[in-house]
Amino acid sequence: MSNKFMPHTDADIRRMLDKIGVDSIDDLYNDVPREVIYTSDYNIPSAMSEIELRRHFEELGRKNRRLTVFAGGGAYDHYSPSTVAHLLQRSEFYTAYTPYQPEISQGTLQYIFEYQSIISELTGMEATNASMYDGATATAEAMFMMVASAKKRNRVVASATIADRVLDVVATYARFHGVELTVVAEKDGVSDLEAIKAELEKGDVAGVIVPTPNKYGIIEDFTGLADAIHAAKAYFAINADPSALAVLRTPAEWGADVACGDGQTLGMPLNFGGPYLGYISCAKSMLRKMPGRVVGVTRDADGKRAFVLTLQAREQHIRREKATSNICSNQSLMALYATIYVALMGRQGMKELNALACDGAHYLFDRLTATGLFRPAFPGSPFLKEFVVATDLDVDSLNAMLLDNGIMGGINLGEGRVEFAVTEKRTKEEIDRLVDLIETFSK
Amino acid sequence: MKYYDKLVFELSRPGRKGYELPADNYGNNALQSLPADLLRRDEAQLPEVSELDVVRHYTNLSMKNFGVDTGFYPLGSCTMKYNPKINEEVAADPAFTAIHPLQDAKSTQGALELYYNLQRALSEIAGLHEFTLNPYAGAHGELTGLMVMRAYHIANGDEKRTKVIVPDSAHGTNPASAMVAGLQVVEVKSKPNGSIDVEDLKPLLDDTVAGIMMTNPNTLGMFETEIMEIASLVHEAGGLLYYDGANLNPLLGKVRPGDMGFDIMHINLHKTFSTPHGGGGPGSGPVGVVEKLARFLPNPKVVKNADGSFGVSTGSESLGSVSTFFGNFGVMMRAYAYILTLGKENIRNVGPLATLNANYIKESLKDDYLLPIEGACKHEFVFDGLKDKSTGVTTLNVAKRLLDYGFHAPTIYFPLLFHESMMIEPTETESLETLDEFIEVMHKVAREARETPDAVKDAPLTTLVRKLDETGAAKNPVLTYRQYLAGESK
Repeated sequence: MSNKFMPHTDADIRRMLDKIGVDSIDDLYNDVPREVIYTSDYNIPSAMSEIELRRHFEELGRKNRRLTVFAGGGAYDHYSPSTVAHLLQRSEFYTAYTPYQPEISQGTLQYIFEYQSIISELTGMEATNASMYDGATATAEAMFMMVASAKKRNRVVASATIADRVLDVVATYARFHGVELTVVAEKDGVSDLEAIKAELEKGDVAGVIVPTPNKYGIIEDFTGLADAIHAAKAYFAINADPSALAVLRTPAEWGADVACGDGQTLGMPLNFGGPYLGYISCAKSMLRKMPGRVVGVTRDADGKRAFVLTLQAREQHIRREKATSNICSNQSLMALYATIYVALMGRQGMKELNALACDGAHYLFDRLTATGLFRPAFPGSPFLKEFVVATDLDVDSLNAMLLDNGIMGGINLGEGRVEFAVTEKRTKEEIDRLVDLIETFSK
Repeated sequence: MKYYDKLVFELSRPGRKGYELPADNYGNNALQSLPADLLRRDEAQLPEVSELDVVRHYTNLSMKNFGVDTGFYPLGSCTMKYNPKINEEVAADPAFTAIHPLQDAKSTQGALELYYNLQRALSEIAGLHEFTLNPYAGAHGELTGLMVMRAYHIANGDEKRTKVIVPDSAHGTNPASAMVAGLQVVEVKSKPNGSIDVEDLKPLLDDTVAGIMMTNPNTLGMFETEIMEIASLVHEAGGLLYYDGANLNPLLGKVRPGDMGFDIMHINLHKTFSTPHGGGGPGSGPVGVVEKLARFLPNPKVVKNADGSFGVSTGSESLGSVSTFFGNFGVMMRAYAYILTLGKENIRNVGPLATLNANYIKESLKDDYLLPIEGACKHEFVFDGLKDKSTGVTTLNVAKRLLDYGFHAPTIYFPLLFHESMMIEPTETESLETLDEFIEVMHKVAREARETPDAVKDAPLTTLVRKLDETGAAKNPVLTYRQYLAGESK
């Protein structure tokens, strides 16, 4: 029965069975009804050596195509410094579990504390949990937080400018949990603040969720919104790109009570959609409604500074069905990723990479519109690294041509609208080539 | 080695940096031209450190951690098996890590094939019709599975079925997931041996029951011998059976949950299929269902087309989506590599050897530790603390003393059925020598408890930090470096 992952020799097994006092391992399953004992082999492939396994993965890998990515839509092709991946391979980090024994888990606990500090700096909020699955589920949890905080109110208003994929997940959670979700239609590509205020006046809204930058890449202006929400005794959540918050006005500066979103933009590889990282930050007043783990500072018996999981009374393993969330684990290793990434990029680098992406995106926007083949979809709207243009070209054929040339073009939003994204990884030459290919295609 | 306790913020010096970016040759100053009202006013106080600062800092932090690669990690219910290194390597291949989830399916055939193959392998191992791999973790899988359960009853016009039966011994996540899915929890009693009391279950099975959530083996590591009767009772009452895959490991090669009558289950890839626990994640919680429930699984779905190619589809009867894209794909890659490495020849030994290891420890220690339930356990078992209760040495004391001897502690004070629960799960990847070392140390701690109980109560004595003031941390939460600095300057 021995295998490289199962070290049991026949002699070992014999000795163990003798100690247990049974004749065979099968005897340890005597309590299982005979009719459910599975006696055949699973219909799965035969065992592969490392050589064969590597070959199999190489074959699969060859069926994927690495492209020059000009799309976002919730996953952005940011640069991942090699140092991050290298440090993530410290197996003391990745082979540990939740730090239940703090005395031998200070490494995990401390980086989570650093992560909380870094995300709190980016969002401007006082508290951040030790991470969520992704931006969509974090936004759904933010919705639950607001409902739990607003007594006897069960309706949440969300702007239709939140990314569709995020809104789909939020709607699924709301439908099953019994939260009434009102999606307020957009106006000129941004949240319709007047329509949101009209909903608030009905007096039954627990919370409002709006995004920035939004699903069209537009940086939204929430002037006056926090006052209207708080006057209606509701809570205010902003879904925001944490990388962009190094330069954009923060959820705290907009007066929000909760910030949430996806941390993929903090240098995480595209990875075909995951693992990424969800984050939630909030004001201290909402801390006890925040789901997930939280790490705090303390001292040990000798007075040394140390870190520990805290405020656990909120969590599902204590509160069971009375908890506000069922979340148990977190994306701890991705929180470490975000922490190391931001530590490397630092105060200056986080601003510089946003400038590179923003300048590149505007360069592409200007070049596309200058061809006469594209019009701004939302003229005059401010954007950072993602924007939408309108065209009479057939977008699917255009993207098929770009794919043939090793390029992932913009996302087809339908009705002749295309959404492009540019990160610090794209070069002026790549952008020029993209535009040249499009111009040739149109002729 | 010297004790290291710096925070990355404390290494920061103005002007220092750990990155280089290409020059900005766009010449449009677009960022600076954005309306000032939309820009950040107060700069984020982020660290300013060199690359070497970062490397040394996080290397030093890693050395303050204990993982499976450090030593034996018998944390019950968490299945801390070895995480193979080749899995890390294949999962880091840019042929997969550099692809965008919204790329045209023509350009992601390898990733879609991997997703599909893993989905099929899990269906085969579970004895179920189809899996979604989208859920991100065990708890997320539970939530998704319960949504499937509700969607099924709603589609049948059976909206009154809103109750889900959960054993009183279940992990807290079960009732919490039910609550999030909009279901009401009804507890069913456990018998003294931890298994479900069928007589207590019967009166609960009315036409408002959506289903039952079970683990098998249960929380005490004991097989639910009456499972076939439970399954037929629940099905006769119109309910569905949900299998919490937390304890799937001992059944690999032995029993398929679908064959026991389960309709829905989740699998923790980070437990049974050896993907790293990552300090608490990322995990992956695929959900499998019987054929009649497949149409309710979440979007997006990965499908095999008639021509043998792979595609992405969305089902109109699907419960909706629970993830932004396809779930934690990087975790799936590792689980797939693990399944292929073991293959059908070796995977069938996983359950039996995990069970053998657990029974060996149990039988070797029951002279010193109180074994509340006799008989063969499966992958794990529970002691109710030390046998000799006169010393005042608790399960917590024993757990902390184990840290001094270089072992991770078992899961403690769970399940709640006993006051001094100590839940031990060795997994199949541990050798007899490691088990014997653990057994010897457990005996030694029991001896210390009799001879020098006060010393055991002071444990841990040799760890980098000692007992922590957890009450103080909760009373005055300091959750960021900014708050820490404010507290220091007071």
